[in-house]
Amino acid sequence: MTNTVGKAIRKWGWLFALPTFAAFCIGFIVPFIFGIYLSFMDFTTVTDGTPVGLENYKEALSDPEFWRALGMTVMFTIVTTIIINVIGFAIAYMLTKAIKGSTFFRSVFFMPNLIGGIILGYVWQLLLNGVLSKWGASLTFSEKYGFWGLVILVSWQQIGYMMIIYIAGLQAVPSDIIEAAQVDGATGSQRLFQVILPMMMPTITVCTFLTVTNGFKLYDQNLALTNGAPSNRSELVALNIFRTFYGRVGYEGVGQAKAVVFFLIVAAVALIQNKLTTSKEVEA
Amino acid sequence: MNVNETRHPKLWTVFFSILSLLWIYPLVLVLINSFKKKIYISANPFSFPSGSASNPKDTAAGLQNYATGIQRTDFFNSFLWSVVITVGAVALILICCSMCAWWIVRVNNWAARLLYTLFLFNMIVPFQMVMFTLSNITDELGLANPWGLWIIYLGFGAGLAVFIFTGTVKGIPVSLEESAMIDGASVPQIFFQIVVPIMKPSIVSVGILETMWIWNDYLLPYLTLDLNKYKTIPIAVQYLRGGYGSIDMGAMMGCLVLAIIPIVLFYVVCQKYIVKGVLAGAVKG
Repeated sequence: MTNTVGKAIRKWGWLFALPTFAAFCIGFIVPFIFGIYLSFMDFTTVTDGTPVGLENYKEALSDPEFWRALGMTVMFTIVTTIIINVIGFAIAYMLTKAIKGSTFFRSVFFMPNLIGGIILGYVWQLLLNGVLSKWGASLTFSEKYGFWGLVILVSWQQIGYMMIIYIAGLQAVPSDIIEAAQVDGATGSQRLFQVILPMMMPTITVCTFLTVTNGFKLYDQNLALTNGAPSNRSELVALNIFRTFYGRVGYEGVGQAKAVVFFLIVAAVALIQNKLTTSKEVEA
Repeated sequence: MNVNETRHPKLWTVFFSILSLLWIYPLVLVLINSFKKKIYISANPFSFPSGSASNPKDTAAGLQNYATGIQRTDFFNSFLWSVVITVGAVALILICCSMCAWWIVRVNNWAARLLYTLFLFNMIVPFQMVMFTLSNITDELGLANPWGLWIIYLGFGAGLAVFIFTGTVKGIPVSLEESAMIDGASVPQIFFQIVVPIMKPSIVSVGILETMWIWNDYLLPYLTLDLNKYKTIPIAVQYLRGGYGSIDMGAMMGCLVLAIIPIVLFYVVCQKYIVKGVLAGAVKG
């Protein structure tokens, strides 16, 4: 596309594109490239590296705690993605119907999303430890408590967010299609599973994409709720990477190698997930 | 969708009312406990404060927890720095990214398309990938202060903002800008007087999304800021655990309530825009 406006604007790149691009280099491109470079080095700061080949990757991939954190993250992501999307959709489905007070309910369910993960972590620490103390236990007794506590916290937080997106998706389903199904004698559940759900696939793609990436990247809530206790057994992979970087001097290279592996996994999961659910989308 | 029939609509209202109460219960529990003496918080979080603050045998603490919390975390300064960082970074992101998105769409040459691809790529990279190098670079460049963070947030957060803004600009007919150009308007005039007013709704939405992210962000400021001079609210709250050995639950409860109150106020005032912001962010990358 060449147009007169395009030609005129091109000369103004220094004003329109350069500030963002310069900040983007400082805040993303340079750290990213340096990050990959340093994953092949032994270093304590960015400038004192000595090359060690694939040593960092070998060490990262032979660390049983990294694998345990990765396994736990995968479990956590699967469990929260299912819970959040099923309940978020169910609440959205009911709240798009004529129920008194549904605007108020929407506001309540969404609210936790505005509060930061660190703060939510301590809020739930109080509640869950209070409940567990009835059985003489606490969140830090076993990684099971830490894991399921985190599942409850994150579900509680994100159900309202996905509900908002599902409500918008449901309101965009053309009503004549549903009415046509009704005229053809489809029951309520047939309409839901055979008409509405297929029409909702684009929204489901977006919501599962968001919950999957949120699950993989979760850090703040994990840090505040248990900080990995007992003895790092309840830590997810983002927390494990942080601890590798800053926990012991001399392991920065291993931490960076783990971060590269983590990045590759997140990118692969995001792309595969997007392909899978996009292929199930239908046209009206 | 317009099929509104439900069986038992009243029962559903009762059901959702109970669910709503359960939903806000964790926050109410923190509020209740913030008025209790610290030794009674962990021991029995589900009891109400009773008696008077001056009697050591009573559980009520008056406003003591708030006083200790504010004093230990230097809460009001942290609040101030959170405001400075969030407002400045969001303003910078909105101005620079809307300009950049317009440039990318209208110029549309190889450089613009490459830049756009890089911004998309930015959206799937987790922060852990760059956190160590980024914190080193901010130190080297002297950006370890709230103003430096504006630039860092613009850099790391540009992806989503540019992505949403390019979507908006693609929907604006170029003929408007062409006729303004024929009338002799300069390029900055065209952008600020014609394009920006049309982009206003998505600027508000992106502003909300970025505010929610930056206000609550913990790790980026924790790693880049000079923490002896500047703290944000999440950092201050986390310091209650980190810096003083065992947690003073009283001070913690006070700080949690103080951290949540401004958010609830913001939510009540801006709810309509927040929902729009969430929907603007719900787009496929």
